Amino acid sequence: MSDKIIKNGCVVEDERLTVKLAEGEAAADIAVPAGRVLVPLAVWQARRDELLARARSGEVGVWLAAGEDVAALAGDLEVLQLIALHFPKFTDGRSYSAATLLRKRHGFKGELRAIGEVLRDQFNYMTRCGFDALQPQAGRYTDAQLEAALASIGDFTQPYQASVKDPLPLFRRMDRGADREVQQ
Amino acid sequence: MYQYDEYDQRIVDERVAQFADQTRRYLAGELSEDEFRPLRLQNGLYIQRHAPMLRIAVPYGNLNSKQLRTLGHIARTFDRGYGHITTRQNIQFNWPRLEDVPAILDLLAKVQMHAIQTSGNCIRNVTADPFAGVAADEIVDPRPWCEIVRQWSTFHPEFAFLPRKFKIAVNGAKEDRAVIQIHDIGLDLVRNAAGELGFRVLVGGGLGRTPIIGEEVAAFVPWQQILNYCEAILRVYNLHGRRDNAYKARIKILVKALGVPEFARQVEEEFAHLKDGPSTLTQAEIERVASRFNDPVLSPLEQDAAYRARLAEDKAFAAWARRNVREHRVQGYASVVLSLKPYGVAPGDLTADQFDAVADLADRYAFGEVRSTHEQNIVLASVREADLVALWQDARAIGLATPNIGLLTDIISCPGGDFCALANAKSIPIANAIQDRFDKLDYLFDIGDIEINISGCMNACGHHHVGHIGILGVDKNGEEFYQVTIGGSQGNDAALGKVIGPSFAAAEMPDVISALIDTYVALRHDDERFIDTVRRIGVEPFKTRVYADRQPQRKPAHV
Ligand code: HEM
Ligand code: SF4
Repeated sequence: MSDKIIKNGCVVEDERLTVKLAEGEAAADIAVPAGRVLVPLAVWQARRDELLARARSGEVGVWLAAGEDVAALAGDLEVLQLIALHFPKFTDGRSYSAATLLRKRHGFKGELRAIGEVLRDQFNYMTRCGFDALQPQAGRYTDAQLEAALASIGDFTQPYQASVKDPLPLFRRMDRGADREVQQ
Repeated sequence: MYQYDEYDQRIVDERVAQFADQTRRYLAGELSEDEFRPLRLQNGLYIQRHAPMLRIAVPYGNLNSKQLRTLGHIARTFDRGYGHITTRQNIQFNWPRLEDVPAILDLLAKVQMHAIQTSGNCIRNVTADPFAGVAADEIVDPRPWCEIVRQWSTFHPEFAFLPRKFKIAVNGAKEDRAVIQIHDIGLDLVRNAAGELGFRVLVGGGLGRTPIIGEEVAAFVPWQQILNYCEAILRVYNLHGRRDNAYKARIKILVKALGVPEFARQVEEEFAHLKDGPSTLTQAEIERVASRFNDPVLSPLEQDAAYRARLAEDKAFAAWARRNVREHRVQGYASVVLSLKPYGVAPGDLTADQFDAVADLADRYAFGEVRSTHEQNIVLASVREADLVALWQDARAIGLATPNIGLLTDIISCPGGDFCALANAKSIPIANAIQDRFDKLDYLFDIGDIEINISGCMNACGHHHVGHIGILGVDKNGEEFYQVTIGGSQGNDAALGKVIGPSFAAAEMPDVISALIDTYVALRHDDERFIDTVRRIGVEPFKTRVYADRQPQRKPAHV
């Protein structure tokens, strides 16, 4: 079973702890482990000064729960190298809109990672909404399945819509002139 | 109708490949039941009472003869010999095997069809007036706009996992025949004072458990901006719609919770960022899409004397022409409705042979095209007056010329308990029992325009809330009962019906309908339709009559 992730279309090792706030734990007093971590928004907000250098180096990234407003990070986008957006269930689509807003409205250029219930059948939609890193739950896929899953990123080669990945909609991206009939 | 270009075709082909692989992984155990469910739903595949059900998209109801023949072939090969037209203009097959679905989708792709987003919590098939492009009261043809919305909503990466399903309908005529007020978004093509084209946008309509009539959130959105505006609505909904309770997840609940002004404000705020962005439509794009419809060019014809003579001398033909033939905008042509409501058949059903035969009628009389209607009938949009007699005779031969369009027996019904696992009660036998009771044509004509809509449970697939008479299957201590509403209506003054009182057993239903009709006949003014009588005198007189006539339900005595 694999604990690898997909980054920019390749399967890679990426060890990184995800810090979660258990019930009753306060953001201000949990211990943030050393090394590469993702911390919840609340921890970042409570401990920004302390974590700033680690964030700049990319060691610390911030993750947002589905439904948390990405505008909360608007002032930190120059600092943060990595933001992760959580999918509590793969059928909860809020983080697609959050990703789109982070990229298009706020101009975030760093790594945008999908975490939580991240499944291959959503890879196409996720990458089109601006995720460049996809982290399925550890153990969900074998290494071989994850390699095979890369194909899903390209399920649709010329989608209709404008998106983060395709800044123009199909009708502006391609010539759809009348000479391009399909054989009936 | 719209012809795919290479990009449309490629997207559908890629979908077929994607779903074939997903099905293979599911059958191999690589995808769990829970993981597969939303994927199959977004390909129209439900698991219902007896077998999977496959819902095939018929974009805004448009079909050509080649597609009809493929549907006939599918019905014959993969189903039990019939298919079903739904209240959202789509086609359903009730008996395909899961293993066969990839092959069915492959056959459909070859005739520019698919089952994309016909179910699941995504943007569903766009619906429109079945008389689009030919109706005399049309302001603007909605079909190119529907196609543009269809393309925009197909595999939109941001909106594939909404809180709940999302339905859009477009109206371009004076009289709304697309029921835009019961859709999540209703788009009404309008012109502003300066004569410019745009959309009045309604949001938050829907039936189901909490029936609500949609409200206007924008009086005029210029046509260039319509996709940007829709994107703003969808984003507000995707981020803020409730996800904790499926019954409170439709956009109508969000609009109610925020109130229309606040909801509109949030949409406007989002829209301000999107306005004039890359999805802004251009005149060239509208023209390109419109040009791909290849509509027949019709020039006015002399009124047909033989047709008129036949009307005068043949009572049966005249009855059919009166109910099933509609005015066309071009002189010498007419639109024809084929009735899928003969007696004793599930409303909206077509057999495999009828699919083929309708294709033949379309080729012979209607430029190879038909439209499905949300009343579950089929329209031939443009037929020469001179061909009407021959068409009538051919349609009669295949059982599709019942002269009852808009009459009491033209019942809208969901599949109900015979097919659907969610049903409280059966629907189709109730429809058939009512049709049996009212089988005298003269009486039906005398009763005139009336709509009876039946749903087997509160999911409201049969649109019972907006029926002039609505019938809803309910469960009373494990037994099938029916709650009756009157006064609902669709169209420009859409309204929800009012419950007349305690529910009825199945066997009582024909008597209940008779009592309602008797009340109407006794109290109507000249030329007053059932719905207008209800509006004028209210529910009370109907209620009194129905419950006075009612035989109390007595338990059989033990002897
Ligand atoms: C037999 C399988 C079917 C199942 C399991 C099913 C299930 C459902 C459910 C659960 C809903 C409610 C969704 C909600 O409130 O958000 C619904 C709504 C609806 N269904 Fe079906 N349905 C079936 C067949 C049909 C058929 C055959 C038709 C057309 C004749 C249809 C048309 C509709 C429509 C128009 C609505 C929307 C009502 C609204 O606006 O809220 N369904 N269906
Ligand atoms: S209304 Fe209820 S019974 Fe009828 S098809 Fe829909 S879910 Fe099934």
